[in-house]
Amino acid sequence: MELAFVGQKFILVGIIFLISLVVAMYSTYAERKVAAFFQDRVGPNRAGPFGILQPLADGAKMFMKEEIIPTRANPFLFIVGPSLAILTACIGTAVIPWGQKMTIGSTVVDLQVTDINVGVLYLFGVVSLGVYGVMIGGWASNNKYSLLGAIRAASQNISYEVAMGLSIIALLMITGTLSLREITEQQHGFWKDGYFSWNFFKQPLGFLLFIVCAFAETNRTPFDLPECETELVGGYHTEYSSMKLGFYLFAEYINMFVSSAVMSTLYFGGYNYPGMDYVNEQLGNTWGPLVGVAVLFGKIIFFIFFFMWVRWTIPRFRYDQLMDLGWKILIPLAIANIVLTGLVSTFLR
Amino acid sequence: MESLTNRRKLIESKPLNFLERAYLPAILSGLRITGKHFFRKDVTIRYPEQKREFSENFRGQHSLKRDEEGRERCTACGLCALSCPAEAITMIAAERQKGEENLYREEKYAAVYEINMLRCIFCGLCEEACPKEAIYLDGDIVPSNFLRKDFIYGKDKLVEAPLNQ
Repeated sequence: MELAFVGQKFILVGIIFLISLVVAMYSTYAERKVAAFFQDRVGPNRAGPFGILQPLADGAKMFMKEEIIPTRANPFLFIVGPSLAILTACIGTAVIPWGQKMTIGSTVVDLQVTDINVGVLYLFGVVSLGVYGVMIGGWASNNKYSLLGAIRAASQNISYEVAMGLSIIALLMITGTLSLREITEQQHGFWKDGYFSWNFFKQPLGFLLFIVCAFAETNRTPFDLPECETELVGGYHTEYSSMKLGFYLFAEYINMFVSSAVMSTLYFGGYNYPGMDYVNEQLGNTWGPLVGVAVLFGKIIFFIFFFMWVRWTIPRFRYDQLMDLGWKILIPLAIANIVLTGLVSTFLR
Repeated sequence: MESLTNRRKLIESKPLNFLERAYLPAILSGLRITGKHFFRKDVTIRYPEQKREFSENFRGQHSLKRDEEGRERCTACGLCALSCPAEAITMIAAERQKGEENLYREEKYAAVYEINMLRCIFCGLCEEACPKEAIYLDGDIVPSNFLRKDFIYGKDKLVEAPLNQ
Protein backbone atom coordinates (compact mmCIF):
# COMPACT_ATOMS: atom_id res chain seq x y z
CA MET A 1 0.00 0.00 0.00
CA GLU A 2 2.73 2.42 0.98
CA LEU A 3 4.81 1.39 -2.02
CA ALA A 4 1.85 1.91 -4.31
CA PHE A 5 1.38 5.38 -2.86
CA VAL A 6 5.03 6.29 -3.41
CA GLY A 7 4.90 4.91 -6.94
CA GLN A 8 1.77 6.91 -7.66
CA LYS A 9 3.44 10.11 -6.44
CA PHE A 10 6.54 9.37 -8.50
CA ILE A 11 4.45 8.98 -11.62
CA LEU A 12 2.62 12.21 -10.83
CA VAL A 13 5.88 14.07 -10.25
CA GLY A 14 7.27 12.69 -13.51
CA ILE A 15 4.19 13.76 -15.45
CA ILE A 16 4.16 17.26 -13.95
CA PHE A 17 7.89 17.67 -14.56
CA LEU A 18 7.45 16.56 -18.16
CA ILE A 19 4.46 18.83 -18.68
CA SER A 20 6.21 21.87 -17.28
CA LEU A 21 9.22 21.22 -19.51
CA VAL A 22 7.02 20.77 -22.58
CA VAL A 23 5.04 23.89 -21.72
CA ALA A 24 8.28 25.84 -21.28
CA MET A 25 9.59 24.49 -24.60
CA TYR A 26 6.48 25.46 -26.45
CA SER A 27 6.35 28.81 -24.65
CA THR A 28 9.54 29.74 -26.50
CA TYR A 29 7.84 28.81 -29.74
CA ALA A 30 4.62 30.56 -28.71
CA GLU A 31 6.55 33.66 -27.73
CA ARG A 32 8.00 33.99 -31.21
CA LYS A 33 4.77 33.09 -32.92
CA VAL A 34 2.71 35.47 -30.77
CA ALA A 35 5.25 38.24 -31.27
CA ALA A 36 4.99 37.66 -35.00
CA PHE A 37 1.19 37.84 -34.97
CA PHE A 38 1.23 41.05 -32.96
CA GLN A 39 3.58 42.54 -35.53
CA ASP A 40 1.64 41.27 -38.59
CA ARG A 41 4.33 38.72 -39.39
CA VAL A 42 4.33 34.95 -39.80
CA GLY A 43 6.89 33.76 -37.25
CA PRO A 44 8.91 30.55 -37.40
CA ASN A 45 7.39 28.31 -40.08
CA ARG A 46 10.27 26.29 -41.51
CA ALA A 47 10.78 23.42 -39.03
CA GLY A 48 7.82 21.12 -39.50
CA PRO A 49 4.27 22.25 -40.27
CA PHE A 50 3.77 25.81 -38.92
CA GLY A 51 7.26 25.55 -37.41
CA ILE A 52 5.97 23.17 -34.75
CA LEU A 53 9.38 21.49 -34.43
CA GLN A 54 11.17 24.80 -33.87
CA PRO A 55 11.70 24.22 -30.10
CA LEU A 56 13.40 20.89 -30.84
CA ALA A 57 15.69 22.58 -33.34
CA ASP A 58 16.46 25.32 -30.82
CA GLY A 59 17.17 22.74 -28.13
CA ALA A 60 19.47 20.78 -30.43
CA LYS A 61 21.27 24.02 -31.27
CA MET A 62 21.70 24.83 -27.58
CA PHE A 63 23.28 21.44 -26.92
CA MET A 64 25.60 21.68 -29.92
CA LYS A 65 27.00 25.11 -29.04
CA GLU A 66 30.45 25.45 -27.55
CA GLU A 67 30.41 25.64 -23.80
CA ILE A 68 32.48 28.58 -22.59
CA ILE A 69 33.53 29.20 -19.00
CA PRO A 70 35.43 32.50 -18.86
CA THR A 71 38.93 32.25 -17.36
CA ARG A 72 38.33 34.87 -14.72
CA ALA A 73 34.97 33.43 -13.71
CA ASN A 74 34.39 31.29 -10.66
CA PRO A 75 33.83 27.93 -12.38
CA PHE A 76 31.92 26.28 -9.56
CA LEU A 77 29.43 29.08 -9.00
CA PHE A 78 29.26 29.66 -12.76
CA ILE A 79 27.71 26.19 -13.08
CA VAL A 80 25.68 26.40 -9.88
CA GLY A 81 23.87 29.55 -11.11
CA PRO A 82 21.82 28.08 -13.97
CA SER A 83 21.31 24.78 -12.14
CA LEU A 84 19.80 26.62 -9.21
CA ALA A 85 17.66 28.74 -11.50
CA ILE A 86 16.10 25.74 -13.22
CA LEU A 87 15.81 23.73 -10.00
CA THR A 88 13.87 26.39 -8.13
CA ALA A 89 11.72 26.99 -11.17
CA CYS A 90 10.76 23.31 -11.34
CA ILE A 91 9.92 22.62 -7.70
CA GLY A 92 7.26 25.32 -7.52
CA THR A 93 4.75 23.07 -9.28
CA ALA A 94 4.70 20.60 -6.37
CA VAL A 95 1.96 22.28 -4.33
CA ILE A 96 -0.37 23.30 -7.14
CA PRO A 97 -3.60 21.28 -7.20
CA TRP A 98 -4.05 20.27 -10.82
CA GLY A 99 -7.47 18.74 -10.43
CA GLN A 100 -10.05 17.19 -8.16
CA LYS A 101 -9.44 13.76 -6.67
CA MET A 102 -9.68 11.22 -9.44
CA THR A 103 -10.87 7.64 -9.15
CA ILE A 104 -9.11 5.07 -11.31
CA GLY A 105 -10.57 1.63 -10.66
CA SER A 106 -10.69 1.45 -6.87
CA THR A 107 -7.81 3.80 -6.07
CA VAL A 108 -8.30 7.49 -5.47
CA VAL A 109 -5.59 9.55 -7.13
CA ASP A 110 -4.83 12.99 -5.75
CA LEU A 111 -3.87 15.27 -8.64
CA GLN A 112 -1.52 17.27 -6.46
CA VAL A 113 1.95 16.18 -5.49
CA THR A 114 1.61 17.32 -1.91
CA ASP A 115 -1.06 19.26 -0.08
CA ILE A 116 1.03 20.95 2.59
CA ASN A 117 -0.89 23.30 4.85
CA VAL A 118 1.53 26.16 4.17
CA GLY A 119 1.35 25.83 0.38
CA VAL A 120 1.31 29.55 -0.29
CA LEU A 121 4.32 30.11 1.97
CA TYR A 122 6.17 27.27 0.25
CA LEU A 123 5.53 28.88 -3.12
CA PHE A 124 6.84 32.21 -1.87
CA GLY A 125 9.93 30.54 -0.48
CA VAL A 126 10.64 28.81 -3.77
CA VAL A 127 10.01 31.93 -5.82
CA SER A 128 12.37 34.00 -3.67
CA LEU A 129 15.02 31.29 -3.96
CA GLY A 130 14.82 31.71 -7.73
CA VAL A 131 16.69 34.99 -7.56
CA TYR A 132 19.77 33.22 -6.16
CA GLY A 133 20.30 31.46 -9.48
CA VAL A 134 20.38 34.78 -11.25
CA MET A 135 22.49 36.46 -8.56
CA ILE A 136 25.08 33.70 -8.29
CA GLY A 137 25.35 33.34 -12.07
CA GLY A 138 25.71 37.07 -12.57
CA TRP A 139 28.31 37.40 -9.85
CA ALA A 140 30.31 34.33 -10.90
CA SER A 141 30.64 35.59 -14.49
CA ASN A 142 33.07 38.27 -13.33
CA ASN A 143 31.62 40.74 -15.80
CA LYS A 144 30.31 44.21 -15.09
CA TYR A 145 27.19 43.79 -17.19
CA SER A 146 26.37 40.45 -15.59
CA LEU A 147 26.90 41.87 -12.14
CA LEU A 148 24.70 44.87 -12.85
CA GLY A 149 22.00 42.58 -14.19
CA ALA A 150 22.27 40.37 -11.13
CA ILE A 151 22.06 43.33 -8.76
CA ARG A 152 19.04 44.64 -10.57
CA ALA A 153 17.38 41.23 -10.43
CA ALA A 154 18.03 40.90 -6.72
CA SER A 155 16.82 44.34 -5.69
CA GLN A 156 13.83 44.14 -8.02
CA ASN A 157 12.72 40.76 -6.70
CA ILE A 158 13.11 41.80 -3.09
CA SER A 159 11.13 45.01 -3.61
CA TYR A 160 8.30 43.30 -5.42
CA GLU A 161 8.14 40.37 -3.06
CA VAL A 162 7.01 42.74 -0.31
CA ALA A 163 4.10 44.04 -2.35
CA MET A 164 3.27 40.53 -3.54
CA GLY A 165 3.23 39.19 -0.01
CA LEU A 166 1.00 42.03 1.16
CA SER A 167 -1.43 41.48 -1.71
CA ILE A 168 -1.61 37.80 -0.77
CA ILE A 169 -2.30 38.63 2.89
CA ALA A 170 -5.55 40.30 1.90
CA LEU A 171 -6.49 37.12 0.04
CA LEU A 172 -5.60 34.94 2.99
CA MET A 173 -7.83 37.06 5.23
CA ILE A 174 -10.74 35.90 3.10
CA THR A 175 -9.75 32.27 2.65
CA GLY A 176 -8.44 31.67 6.16
CA THR A 177 -6.07 28.96 4.97
CA LEU A 178 -2.65 28.65 3.32
CA SER A 179 -3.36 25.30 1.71
CA LEU A 180 -3.77 25.68 -2.03
CA ARG A 181 -6.13 22.71 -2.18
CA GLU A 182 -8.49 24.32 0.32
CA ILE A 183 -8.25 27.71 -1.37
CA THR A 184 -9.25 26.06 -4.64
CA GLU A 185 -12.09 24.09 -3.06
CA GLN A 186 -13.49 27.31 -1.59
CA GLN A 187 -13.83 28.63 -5.14
CA HIS A 188 -15.90 25.60 -6.19
CA GLY A 189 -18.10 26.16 -9.21
CA PHE A 190 -18.58 29.76 -10.17
CA TRP A 191 -21.49 31.10 -8.11
CA LYS A 192 -22.06 30.50 -4.42
CA ASP A 193 -24.20 32.22 -1.76
CA GLY A 194 -25.32 35.02 -4.07
CA TYR A 195 -21.88 36.03 -5.22
CA PHE A 196 -19.10 34.82 -7.51
CA SER A 197 -17.02 32.20 -5.77
CA TRP A 198 -13.76 32.97 -7.56
CA ASN A 199 -11.38 35.06 -5.50
CA PHE A 200 -10.82 37.49 -8.35
CA PHE A 201 -14.27 38.95 -7.75
CA LYS A 202 -13.58 39.31 -4.03
CA GLN A 203 -10.08 40.71 -4.46
CA PRO A 204 -9.87 42.60 -7.78
CA LEU A 205 -7.29 45.09 -6.47
CA GLY A 206 -5.34 42.28 -4.86
CA PHE A 207 -5.23 40.45 -8.16
CA LEU A 208 -4.06 43.55 -9.99
CA LEU A 209 -1.23 44.01 -7.50
CA PHE A 210 -0.41 40.32 -7.68
CA ILE A 211 -0.19 40.21 -11.46
CA VAL A 212 2.02 43.32 -11.59
CA CYS A 213 4.32 41.75 -9.02
CA ALA A 214 4.25 38.46 -10.93
CA PHE A 215 5.55 40.28 -14.00
CA ALA A 216 8.36 41.71 -11.91
CA GLU A 217 9.16 38.38 -10.23
CA THR A 218 9.42 36.53 -13.53
CA ASN A 219 11.55 39.32 -15.00
CA ARG A 220 9.16 39.85 -17.86
CA THR A 221 8.61 43.07 -19.81
CA PRO A 222 7.92 45.82 -18.66
CA PHE A 223 10.15 44.79 -15.74
CA ASP A 224 12.85 42.86 -17.62
CA LEU A 225 15.64 45.12 -16.45
CA PRO A 226 17.95 42.27 -15.32
CA GLU A 227 18.39 41.22 -18.94
CA CYS A 228 17.85 44.63 -20.43
CA GLU A 229 19.67 44.13 -23.71
CA THR A 230 19.78 47.78 -24.68
CA GLU A 231 21.82 48.68 -21.62
CA LEU A 232 23.43 45.52 -20.28
CA VAL A 233 24.27 43.43 -23.38
CA GLY A 234 22.58 40.25 -22.10
CA GLY A 235 22.21 41.14 -18.43
CA TYR A 236 23.07 38.39 -15.98
CA HIS A 237 23.53 35.79 -18.71
CA THR A 238 25.94 37.82 -20.86
CA GLU A 239 28.79 35.33 -20.34
CA TYR A 240 26.70 32.21 -20.66
CA SER A 241 26.60 29.97 -23.69
CA SER A 242 25.31 26.58 -24.74
CA MET A 243 22.83 24.76 -22.52
CA LYS A 244 23.68 26.82 -19.43
CA LEU A 245 22.18 29.80 -21.23
CA GLY A 246 19.38 27.47 -22.28
CA PHE A 247 18.69 26.68 -18.63
CA TYR A 248 18.36 30.35 -17.76
CA LEU A 249 15.97 30.98 -20.61
CA PHE A 250 14.10 27.80 -19.78
CA ALA A 251 13.84 28.76 -16.12
CA GLU A 252 12.22 32.03 -17.14
CA TYR A 253 9.53 30.22 -19.08
CA ILE A 254 8.95 27.64 -16.35
CA ASN A 255 8.62 30.52 -13.88
CA MET A 256 6.05 32.04 -16.18
CA PHE A 257 4.18 28.74 -16.26
CA VAL A 258 4.26 28.41 -12.47
CA SER A 259 3.16 31.96 -11.82
CA SER A 260 0.33 31.56 -14.35
CA ALA A 261 -0.72 28.41 -12.52
CA VAL A 262 -0.57 30.21 -9.18
CA MET A 263 -2.61 33.13 -10.49
CA SER A 264 -5.29 30.84 -11.87
CA THR A 265 -5.33 28.81 -8.65
CA LEU A 266 -5.43 31.69 -6.20
CA TYR A 267 -7.70 34.09 -8.06
CA PHE A 268 -9.44 32.32 -10.93
CA GLY A 269 -10.68 29.18 -9.27
CA GLY A 270 -7.98 26.77 -10.43
CA TYR A 271 -9.69 23.73 -11.94
CA ASN A 272 -13.18 25.06 -11.11
CA TYR A 273 -15.51 26.18 -13.84
CA PRO A 274 -19.22 27.02 -14.09
CA GLY A 275 -21.41 23.93 -14.18
CA MET A 276 -18.67 21.56 -13.07
CA ASP A 277 -20.93 19.51 -10.80
CA TYR A 278 -23.19 18.66 -13.72
CA VAL A 279 -20.23 17.69 -15.90
CA ASN A 280 -18.76 15.53 -13.12
CA GLU A 281 -22.07 13.71 -12.73
CA GLN A 282 -22.25 13.01 -16.43
CA LEU A 283 -18.67 11.89 -16.91
CA GLY A 284 -18.04 10.10 -13.63
CA ASN A 285 -15.11 10.43 -11.28
CA THR A 286 -12.41 9.46 -13.76
CA TRP A 287 -13.06 11.77 -16.68
CA GLY A 288 -14.79 14.58 -14.81
CA PRO A 289 -11.65 15.74 -12.95
CA LEU A 290 -9.69 15.56 -16.20
CA VAL A 291 -12.03 18.17 -17.67
CA GLY A 292 -11.12 20.29 -14.65
CA VAL A 293 -7.42 19.78 -15.42
CA ALA A 294 -8.04 20.88 -19.00
CA VAL A 295 -9.85 23.98 -17.74
CA LEU A 296 -6.94 24.81 -15.45
CA PHE A 297 -4.54 24.47 -18.35
CA GLY A 298 -6.78 26.68 -20.44
CA LYS A 299 -6.51 29.37 -17.77
CA ILE A 300 -2.74 28.89 -17.51
CA ILE A 301 -2.33 29.17 -21.26
CA PHE A 302 -4.40 32.33 -21.25
CA PHE A 303 -2.16 33.87 -18.60
CA ILE A 304 0.99 32.85 -20.47
CA PHE A 305 -0.51 34.46 -23.56
CA PHE A 306 -1.26 37.55 -21.48
CA PHE A 307 2.39 37.69 -20.37
CA MET A 308 3.40 37.70 -24.02
CA TRP A 309 0.69 40.14 -25.02
CA VAL A 310 1.96 42.64 -22.46
CA ARG A 311 5.54 42.03 -23.54
CA TRP A 312 4.82 43.10 -27.10
CA THR A 313 2.75 46.10 -26.01
CA ILE A 314 4.52 47.98 -23.23
CA PRO A 315 8.03 49.39 -23.30
CA ARG A 316 10.46 48.74 -20.45
CA PHE A 317 10.38 50.79 -17.26
CA ARG A 318 13.35 52.90 -16.25
CA TYR A 319 15.01 51.60 -13.13
CA ASP A 320 13.98 54.43 -10.83
CA GLN A 321 10.44 54.23 -12.17
CA LEU A 322 10.45 50.53 -11.34
CA MET A 323 11.50 51.20 -7.77
CA ASP A 324 9.03 54.08 -7.46
CA LEU A 325 6.21 51.83 -8.61
CA GLY A 326 7.19 49.08 -6.24
CA TRP A 327 7.74 51.07 -3.06
CA LYS A 328 5.62 54.17 -3.45
CA ILE A 329 2.55 52.81 -5.22
CA LEU A 330 2.19 49.05 -4.94
CA ILE A 331 3.04 48.68 -1.26
CA PRO A 332 0.72 51.49 -0.02
CA LEU A 333 -2.01 50.12 -2.29
CA ALA A 334 -1.50 46.63 -0.91
CA ILE A 335 -1.72 47.90 2.66
CA ALA A 336 -4.86 49.88 1.78
CA ASN A 337 -6.25 46.69 0.28
CA ILE A 338 -5.62 44.81 3.50
CA VAL A 339 -7.38 47.50 5.54
CA LEU A 340 -10.28 47.57 3.10
CA THR A 341 -10.61 43.80 3.15
CA GLY A 342 -10.58 43.83 6.94
CA LEU A 343 -13.27 46.51 7.11
CA VAL A 344 -15.50 44.84 4.54
CA SER A 345 -15.22 41.38 6.04
CA THR A 346 -15.88 42.75 9.52
CA PHE A 347 -18.91 44.89 8.76
CA LEU A 348 -20.56 42.81 6.04
CA ARG A 349 -20.59 39.67 8.12
CA MET B 1 7.80 87.32 -32.36
CA GLU B 2 5.38 86.60 -35.19
CA SER B 3 6.57 83.68 -37.26
CA LEU B 4 7.07 84.41 -40.94
CA THR B 5 5.88 81.09 -42.23
CA ASN B 6 2.64 81.15 -40.26
CA ARG B 7 3.08 77.49 -39.57
CA ARG B 8 4.12 77.76 -35.95
CA LYS B 9 2.00 75.78 -33.55
CA LEU B 10 1.83 76.35 -29.86
CA ILE B 11 2.01 73.11 -27.95
CA GLU B 12 0.50 73.09 -24.52
CA SER B 13 1.96 70.75 -21.98
CA LYS B 14 -0.82 70.05 -19.57
CA PRO B 15 -0.11 68.14 -16.37
CA LEU B 16 -1.43 64.59 -16.53
CA ASN B 17 -4.75 63.98 -14.86
CA PHE B 18 -5.27 61.13 -12.44
CA LEU B 19 -6.34 58.51 -14.98
CA GLU B 20 -3.35 59.30 -17.17
CA ARG B 21 -1.01 59.08 -14.22
CA ALA B 22 -2.51 55.78 -13.14
CA TYR B 23 -1.05 54.33 -16.37
CA LEU B 24 -3.51 51.44 -16.42
CA PRO B 25 -6.00 52.90 -18.91
CA ALA B 26 -3.08 53.64 -21.22
CA ILE B 27 -1.91 50.04 -20.91
CA LEU B 28 -5.40 48.78 -21.67
CA SER B 29 -5.71 50.91 -24.80
CA GLY B 30 -2.26 49.71 -25.83
CA LEU B 31 -3.35 46.12 -25.33
CA ARG B 32 -6.40 46.83 -27.47
CA ILE B 33 -4.25 48.12 -30.30
CA THR B 34 -1.88 45.16 -30.24
CA GLY B 35 -4.88 42.86 -29.85
CA LYS B 36 -6.29 44.22 -33.07
CA HIS B 37 -3.01 43.52 -34.82
CA PHE B 38 -3.09 39.96 -33.55
CA PHE B 39 -6.03 39.16 -35.79
CA ARG B 40 -4.90 41.19 -38.77
CA LYS B 41 -3.82 39.33 -41.89
CA ASP B 42 -0.04 39.16 -42.08
CA VAL B 43 1.69 41.01 -44.87
CA THR B 44 4.47 38.51 -45.41
CA ILE B 45 5.03 37.00 -48.84
CA ARG B 46 6.48 33.55 -48.13
CA TYR B 47 9.21 33.97 -50.70
CA PRO B 48 10.40 30.66 -52.10
CA GLU B 49 6.85 29.33 -52.33
CA GLN B 50 5.10 32.60 -53.16
CA LYS B 51 6.49 35.25 -55.43
CA ARG B 52 5.60 38.88 -55.67
CA GLU B 53 4.46 39.86 -59.16
CA PHE B 54 6.92 42.06 -60.99
CA SER B 55 5.88 45.24 -62.72
CA GLU B 56 5.93 45.22 -66.51
CA ASN B 57 9.15 47.19 -66.82
CA PHE B 58 10.98 45.22 -64.15
CA ARG B 59 14.64 44.71 -65.08
CA GLY B 60 15.93 41.30 -64.09
CA GLN B 61 18.45 38.88 -65.53
CA HIS B 62 19.58 39.56 -69.10
CA SER B 63 18.74 37.31 -71.98
CA LEU B 64 20.32 37.30 -75.44
CA LYS B 65 17.53 37.05 -77.97
CA ARG B 66 17.10 35.02 -81.13
CA ASP B 67 15.26 36.16 -84.25
CA GLU B 68 12.18 34.51 -85.86
CA GLU B 69 14.31 31.76 -87.40
CA GLY B 70 16.07 30.96 -84.16
CA ARG B 71 19.35 32.69 -85.01
CA GLU B 72 21.27 34.70 -82.43
CA ARG B 73 20.71 38.40 -83.04
CA CYS B 74 23.88 39.63 -81.38
CA THR B 75 26.53 40.87 -83.76
CA ALA B 76 29.18 41.61 -81.14
CA CYS B 77 29.35 45.30 -81.93
CA GLY B 78 30.28 46.05 -78.31
CA LEU B 79 27.86 48.96 -77.88
CA CYS B 80 26.35 47.34 -74.81
CA ALA B 81 29.77 46.95 -73.22
CA LEU B 82 30.55 50.55 -74.11
CA SER B 83 27.31 51.88 -72.68
CA CYS B 84 27.57 49.85 -69.49
CA PRO B 85 28.31 52.24 -66.60
CA ALA B 86 29.37 49.37 -64.36
CA GLU B 87 31.74 47.75 -66.87
CA ALA B 88 29.97 44.46 -66.38
CA ILE B 89 29.85 43.27 -70.01
CA THR B 90 32.69 41.81 -72.01
CA MET B 91 32.76 39.79 -75.22
CA ILE B 92 34.99 38.26 -77.89
CA ALA B 93 33.80 38.59 -81.48
CA ALA B 94 34.20 35.94 -84.18
CA GLU B 95 33.43 35.75 -87.92
CA ARG B 96 30.61 33.60 -89.11
CA GLN B 97 31.83 30.60 -91.12
CA LYS B 98 30.11 29.02 -94.12
CA GLY B 99 27.27 26.75 -93.04
CA GLU B 100 26.62 28.67 -89.81
CA GLU B 101 23.97 30.95 -91.35
CA ASN B 102 21.27 29.14 -89.42
CA LEU B 103 23.03 29.91 -86.12
CA TYR B 104 23.95 33.59 -86.38
CA ARG B 105 22.01 36.30 -88.12
CA GLU B 106 24.89 38.69 -88.86
CA GLU B 107 28.29 38.00 -90.37
CA LYS B 108 29.93 38.68 -87.05
CA TYR B 109 28.85 37.14 -83.78
CA ALA B 110 29.89 36.93 -80.12
CA ALA B 111 31.91 33.79 -79.50
CA VAL B 112 32.15 34.64 -75.82
CA TYR B 113 29.70 36.95 -74.08
CA GLU B 114 30.00 37.45 -70.34
CA ILE B 115 28.11 39.58 -67.86
CA ASN B 116 29.37 39.91 -64.33
CA MET B 117 26.18 39.91 -62.29
CA LEU B 118 27.99 41.29 -59.25
CA ARG B 119 28.97 44.40 -61.22
CA CYS B 120 25.70 44.83 -63.08
CA ILE B 121 23.43 47.51 -61.66
CA PHE B 122 20.45 46.53 -63.83
CA CYS B 123 20.14 50.04 -65.29
CA GLY B 124 19.04 48.79 -68.71
CA LEU B 125 21.44 50.95 -70.73
CA CYS B 126 22.71 47.89 -72.64
CA GLU B 127 19.16 47.21 -73.69
CA GLU B 128 18.82 50.79 -74.97
CA ALA B 129 22.20 50.79 -76.70
CA CYS B 130 21.69 47.58 -78.63
CA PRO B 131 21.02 48.28 -82.34
CA LYS B 132 19.99 44.67 -83.03
CA GLU B 133 17.43 44.25 -80.24
CA ALA B 134 19.54 41.39 -79.01
CA ILE B 135 19.66 41.96 -75.26
CA TYR B 136 16.76 42.45 -72.86
CA LEU B 137 16.63 42.48 -69.09
CA ASP B 138 13.40 40.51 -68.99
CA GLY B 139 14.41 37.66 -66.70
CA ASP B 140 13.86 36.82 -63.07
CA ILE B 141 15.92 37.94 -60.07
CA VAL B 142 19.52 36.76 -60.39
CA PRO B 143 19.88 33.94 -57.87
CA SER B 144 22.42 33.96 -55.09
CA ASN B 145 25.55 31.88 -55.19
CA PHE B 146 28.48 30.82 -53.05
CA LEU B 147 31.43 31.81 -55.27
CA ARG B 148 32.21 35.07 -57.01
CA LYS B 149 33.26 33.29 -60.18
CA ASP B 150 29.81 31.74 -60.49
CA PHE B 151 28.31 35.17 -60.88
CA ILE B 152 29.99 35.66 -64.24
CA TYR B 153 27.29 34.48 -66.61
CA GLY B 154 28.37 33.20 -70.02
CA LYS B 155 26.37 32.48 -73.15
CA ASP B 156 25.19 29.17 -71.69
CA LYS B 157 23.07 31.07 -69.18
CA LEU B 158 22.26 34.18 -71.19
CA VAL B 159 21.18 33.01 -74.63
CA GLU B 160 17.50 32.28 -75.09
CA ALA B 161 16.45 28.68 -75.62
CA PRO B 162 16.21 27.69 -79.32
CA LEU B 163 12.81 28.04 -80.90
CA ASN B 164 11.90 24.48 -81.83
CA GLN B 165 12.80 22.89 -78.54
